[in-house]
Amino acid sequence: MLNQVVSSLRQERLPHIWCPGCGNGIVLSALVKAIHELGCDPDKTVVVSGIGCSSRAAGYLDFNTLHTTHGRALAFATGIKLARPELTVFVLMGDGDATAIGGNHFIHAARRNIDLTAVIFNNSIYGMTGGQYSPLTPVQKRTTTAPYGHLERAFDIAELARGAGATYVARATTYHAGLLKNLIVAGARNKGFSVIEAITACPTAYGRRNKLGNGLQMLLWQRDHAVTVKQAAKMSPEELRDKIVIGELYRAEAPEFTATYEELVARLAQKEK
Amino acid sequence: MAGAAAPKVVRLEVQRNWCKGCGICVALCPKEVLKLDEFGKVTVAEPAACIGCGRCEDHCPDFVISVEVEEK
Repeated sequence: MLNQVVSSLRQERLPHIWCPGCGNGIVLSALVKAIHELGCDPDKTVVVSGIGCSSRAAGYLDFNTLHTTHGRALAFATGIKLARPELTVFVLMGDGDATAIGGNHFIHAARRNIDLTAVIFNNSIYGMTGGQYSPLTPVQKRTTTAPYGHLERAFDIAELARGAGATYVARATTYHAGLLKNLIVAGARNKGFSVIEAITACPTAYGRRNKLGNGLQMLLWQRDHAVTVKQAAKMSPEELRDKIVIGELYRAEAPEFTATYEELVARLAQKEK
Repeated sequence: MAGAAAPKVVRLEVQRNWCKGCGICVALCPKEVLKLDEFGKVTVAEPAACIGCGRCEDHCPDFVISVEVEEK
């Protein structure tokens, strides 16, 4: 199975830049396994990423890849999908990339329900630039820019995506790598904007400062704090406070943007005749 | 092998030069097949004990370990 994964990587670029124990490689592995399971033609598969540790992922993939500007991965991906709707487009972003500088692109891609599959690597921090807090840093956690503990509340990416109009929303952790792969497959099959949040460990910038241990210990923390959607339904908000709900969280039907755009083009072409 | 499941052949391959020694595979292995060598990189210590569960492969962040299972 891994040989299959490696065949879709630019092996001359490995080993990758991510720190020992960083979960980003686990997310990347799940993504490639999902792409293989979907049976995507590599020449018709596009992976677009933004800026940050996680967005380096696109550079390791042997598909059509685009490493774009900070927060703008979805804007570039929207252009690609509108110009070539037959392509399968995956968008890789970090939590800061997607919800801070890219927050507007994120909510509007969801509102349009454009057929993109967004995988958000949520490590709760800006790792690459030195461990500043992001909109996903939990309250009271320490970062280089919040040395006394973070004061602001964190976004809930899943709720944000759902509220903005995404038609498929799911979450998994790197500990639940098999589930993560399955959710990416389901998200890609959804004809519309799909968001898969991958909870991943940053042992260097986040774990160390918050005394969460190394990558392995952070991975085991994910195991111990994740509850499935089914389990969560029977739990009180108090019990759920420090838990991560994993699985398929939301699914809806809505008109897909490239399809409605194509319809308009066809209608206008008809009028001209 | 009393009570063993259907016999299978497990092929375990390690791409050692990509390993960063995080130890995730060693800790998640239910059969103590893997260990870190004197350089802190993964090595297959007990290949015969491997049951082919694939937990090491799925959780290796560095694409180091490959588990192939063939049913006999």
